[in-house]
Amino acid sequence: MKYLIKNGRVIDPANKIDDILDILIWDGKIEKIGKLLSDKAQLIDAKGMIVAPGLVDMHTHLREPGREDEETILTGTLAAIKGGFTSVACMPNTEPPLDNPAIIRSLKDLIKKNAKANVFIIGSITEGRAGKRATDLHKMKKAGAVAVSDDGSSVDDEAVMLSALEQSREEALLIIGHCEDRKLSASGVMNHGFTATKLGLKGISSESEYERVKRDIELAKRASARIHIAHVSTKESVDIMRRARGEGVKVTAETAPHYLTLTEECCAAYDTYTKMNPPLRSEEDVEELKRGLKDGTIDAIATDHAPHTDSEKDVEFDFAPFGIIGLETALSLCAMELVEKKILSWPELITKMSVNPANILGIERGSLKAGSVADVVIIDPDKEYTYTKDSIVSRSKNSPFINWVLKGKVAKVFVGGRLASDSG
Amino acid sequence: MANEKKIVWTKKDLLGLEYLSREEIEHILYTAASFKEVTTRQIKKVPALRGKTVVNLFYEPSTRTRISFELAAKRLSADVINVGVESSSVRKGETLIDTGKNIEALKIDIIVVRHDCSGAPNILARSVKASVVNAGDGWHEHPTQALLDIFTLRSKLGRIEGLDVSIIGDIAHSRVARSNIWGLTKLGAKVTVCAPKSLIPEGIEKMGVKVTNDLDEAIREADAINVLRMQLERDTSGVFPTKIDFFRQYGISEERLKICKKDIVVMHPGPINRGVEMSSQVADGQNSVILEQVTNGIAVRMAVLYLVAHVKR
Repeated sequence: MKYLIKNGRVIDPANKIDDILDILIWDGKIEKIGKLLSDKAQLIDAKGMIVAPGLVDMHTHLREPGREDEETILTGTLAAIKGGFTSVACMPNTEPPLDNPAIIRSLKDLIKKNAKANVFIIGSITEGRAGKRATDLHKMKKAGAVAVSDDGSSVDDEAVMLSALEQSREEALLIIGHCEDRKLSASGVMNHGFTATKLGLKGISSESEYERVKRDIELAKRASARIHIAHVSTKESVDIMRRARGEGVKVTAETAPHYLTLTEECCAAYDTYTKMNPPLRSEEDVEELKRGLKDGTIDAIATDHAPHTDSEKDVEFDFAPFGIIGLETALSLCAMELVEKKILSWPELITKMSVNPANILGIERGSLKAGSVADVVIIDPDKEYTYTKDSIVSRSKNSPFINWVLKGKVAKVFVGGRLASDSG
Repeated sequence: MANEKKIVWTKKDLLGLEYLSREEIEHILYTAASFKEVTTRQIKKVPALRGKTVVNLFYEPSTRTRISFELAAKRLSADVINVGVESSSVRKGETLIDTGKNIEALKIDIIVVRHDCSGAPNILARSVKASVVNAGDGWHEHPTQALLDIFTLRSKLGRIEGLDVSIIGDIAHSRVARSNIWGLTKLGAKVTVCAPKSLIPEGIEKMGVKVTNDLDEAIREADAINVLRMQLERDTSGVFPTKIDFFRQYGISEERLKICKKDIVVMHPGPINRGVEMSSQVADGQNSVILEQVTNGIAVRMAVLYLVAHVKR
C-alpha cells in the first residue's frame, strides 16, 4: 500500500527538518520526502498536523510472560500505538524474568506473532534480577537484547555492578540503571516530606535515588562504560548528571511525563493511582527536571508504563503495587506541560521522545530520511479530548489522568508503512 | 462555654480533623456537651440512633477505643457489632473495600474503622454509602481522640483560644499528635511539639506548630501538655532511644512539673506506660485529667455517631 501524506508540518530533528513537506510511504519504507509530491497513492491530508518519526518508548512494562492479566504484548503495543509510539523497549521484570538467551528468543517469537508495534527487548543485568551474578551480556546481545537493566531494583552489590559495566563496555550493550538504595527507601510509599508527614505515610527520600545515581555514574566512569539512568525524579540527580556530563562521563538519562506533571501533593486523597516508584516529588524537583530537559541533561522522555489491575490497586495505599500506565497519555501530557509552556519546542519534544531514545538504544528509528522504516506519527497538536477510563486500550486502567482534558492527539500512526491506527 | 455557632452537619464521614472547619469542630464539641449530660443520668440511654446499626471494624487491637465506641453507640440505642480482623501483615482473603461493601450489603449505617494503614478510612469512605468514622488509621489521624482531648481541655480551662499546649512524645508516628495539632490550631491554640530529633516528622512546623527537642522549654509556659505513649509496637526501624533514656529526657515526673504552671493540665491518650513517658505519681496526681478524658470520650463519640448518622443522603 502506498501512502502520500501531504501538507503536514514535517518535524524530523535527526535530519534537521521542520517544514511543510509531503511524505511518500511505500513498501514499509519512507520512499520520498519533499515539497509538493504527487503520486497515485492513498492520499492523507495532514494540513495543520505534525508529521514526525514514530515515538520510541525506551521504558515499558509489557508484563508478558507471567502477568498477562495486567498487559500482554498485544494489548501493550495497541496502547503504544494509540499514544503515537511505534517502538517500545520492554523491561525484563516479567515472570520469569528475561535473564537468559532462551527466554529472550522465545519472547521474540511471541513478539513476532502478536506485537502491533516494534518491541525491543531489555534483558536483565543479573540472573533472576537478584543482584548476585551478572548475566552473560555477550549471549544476551546475541539473543537479541538491545540493553540490560534490573529495573524495579538496583544492583546493590558494587562489585557485581562494576563487573556488569565492564562487560557492557566490552559487548557494547547498554546498561540502564534503576537507581534506588533500598536500604534508604525501604517500606516508603511516597516522597519523603511534609505531605507524607500530613498523610502519615512512610517517605522515600530523594537521597535514596541520587546517592545511587552518584554511585552508578562513578562505577560507569571506572569501567569506562556508558550508562543510562532510568526515571530520574529528583533535582539532585539532575545536578549530579549535569556535572558528570561536564566531566565527559558517558551518561544519558530519561524522565517520565508524570514527574513533569504531578507532585507529591497529588497523593493527598490516598489515591493509589498516584503511587509509583520513584514517587511523585516536589515542585522544586519538577522545575529542575524541566530545566534538565531544556539544557539537555535529560535526553529522553520514557513512560515507565506499568500496568496493574484494578483489584491490585484498589487497596490500602501501603499495599498497592507501585506504577501507573503511561503509553496513551505521554505525548499529550508533554505537549501540554512542555511545548505549551514554552520549555521545549515541538522539534525538541520529538527529539526527546523519538530521536534520542532510538539513538541511546542503538536502534534504527527516529528518522524520516528516505529509506528509513516508515514508522510515522501524525499528531493534531491542537485537538482537545477527555481521557476517559473507557477509552483506555491498555488492559490495565491505572492512570491518575483519567477524566483529564488533554491537548495534542495522535491522529494516525504508521508502523512499518502499515496504517496501524487511524482516529481521523 | 462551648461556642454555639450552630451549623448543619453535612459530612457523612469523620476521617480526620484536617478536613473539618473550626465551626464543624465546635459543633461536635457543642453536641458532645449535651450528650455528656446523658452519661450522668440513672438511665444512660437516648433513642437517637435507635434502629441504626454500627459496626466496629478493627484491624488493629484496641480495647479502650473499641469499648468507648461500643458504649457510645449503645447509649444512643444503636445495635453494635464488633468485627476484629487478624494482623495486617498476614492479611489474606478479602480486601478492605470488599469487606466494606459486604458490610454495606448488610445495611449497616456506620462503620467505625481502626486500621494500621494511613488512609484506609479515606479509601473505605469512597467505596461505601455508609458513614465511616476513623477510630485511628496508621500514623494519620485519630480524630475522636483529639476531640475528646480538646473537650476535656476546654472543660478544665474554659477555652482553647490562646492556650499554650505542648504535645510530647513520638510525634512522627502519632496519629493522636496530628489530629490534636489540626484541632488545636484551628481553635486558636498555640501548639508546641517536643520529641527527640529522630521522632520529629519532616515539615511538621508547616502545620503551624513550634518545634523543640527540649522538654523543659516545651512545658515551662504550657497551660496543658498532652503526653503520648511510646509506640513500641508500631515502629520497627530502631529509631527509639531506650525506655530509661526516654524517661530521663522526656518523661513527665513530679520533679519536671516543678517548673510548670501550678494548674497545668496533664493529658495522656492512654494506655500509659508508667515510668516511661509519665511517672505513676503524675498519672495519678492532681494535674492529671486522664480519667476524665476517658469519660468525655463517650460523649464525644456519641456526638460524632449522632451527627454522621443524621446526614441527609
